[in-house]
Amino acid sequence: MEIIYLIAFGLLSISMLLIFIRLLIGPTLPDRVVALELLATVVVAMAGTYAIFTDRSSFIDVAIVGALTAFLAAIGFARFLERGGPRDD
Amino acid sequence: MIDTIVNWIIALFMLTSGIFTLVAAIGILRLPDLLTRMHASTKAGALGVALMMIAVMLHFGDLVVMAKALAVIMFILITAPVAAHAIGRAGYFVGVPIWVNTVKDELFNRYDADTHRLRSGLETEEELEAMKTATKDKPRIRVTTKK
Repeated sequence: MEIIYLIAFGLLSISMLLIFIRLLIGPTLPDRVVALELLATVVVAMAGTYAIFTDRSSFIDVAIVGALTAFLAAIGFARFLERGGPRDD
Repeated sequence: MIDTIVNWIIALFMLTSGIFTLVAAIGILRLPDLLTRMHASTKAGALGVALMMIAVMLHFGDLVVMAKALAVIMFILITAPVAAHAIGRAGYFVGVPIWVNTVKDELFNRYDADTHRLRSGLETEEELEAMKTATKDKPRIRVTTKK
């Protein structure tokens, strides 16, 4: 089973790398916000993988908090974008 | 015996989750504009997390952990579309360029830039007047574009 965990970690890590490239090059601010939200989703999946890997169920709480903060950050960014204010892409 | 079968099922769920997350990442890197990128990230990403949480449920087999993992799945499934809707709407108002090969933009010229209200195009004259007077001083923060 060890090799399965490592493959899952590898797939999630490659995903994080690709999303991070989009976060860096993303031409506009909404693109970066979408990339950030997907990054937080991958972090939630990684917390679940780590909970299985270490056999400790406490990491599920980390996943819950990660999902919550990701949603709040996305909504906050969307309100900020829509209501205006100075913006620098 | 049962343990071995459950382990194989957990492995299947974990690998599928990783592959779906990778598909979402490739989509967000390769697709051409904001809306198509959002289409890749929300659906495939939510499915990846849900499969990983199912694997967590099977691995621990504890009622408390199952409830927590189910809460994560429900939360992701509820919030991912809401967040995507909010970001897409904000991106449309900001004026993010859409893909050149887009066939149809049905919201074109239907949104009021000041009041952020959507017209259906089927209103009568009276309804348009009523809408205009009702939202005369609505936008508390006016969006101004400095050139």
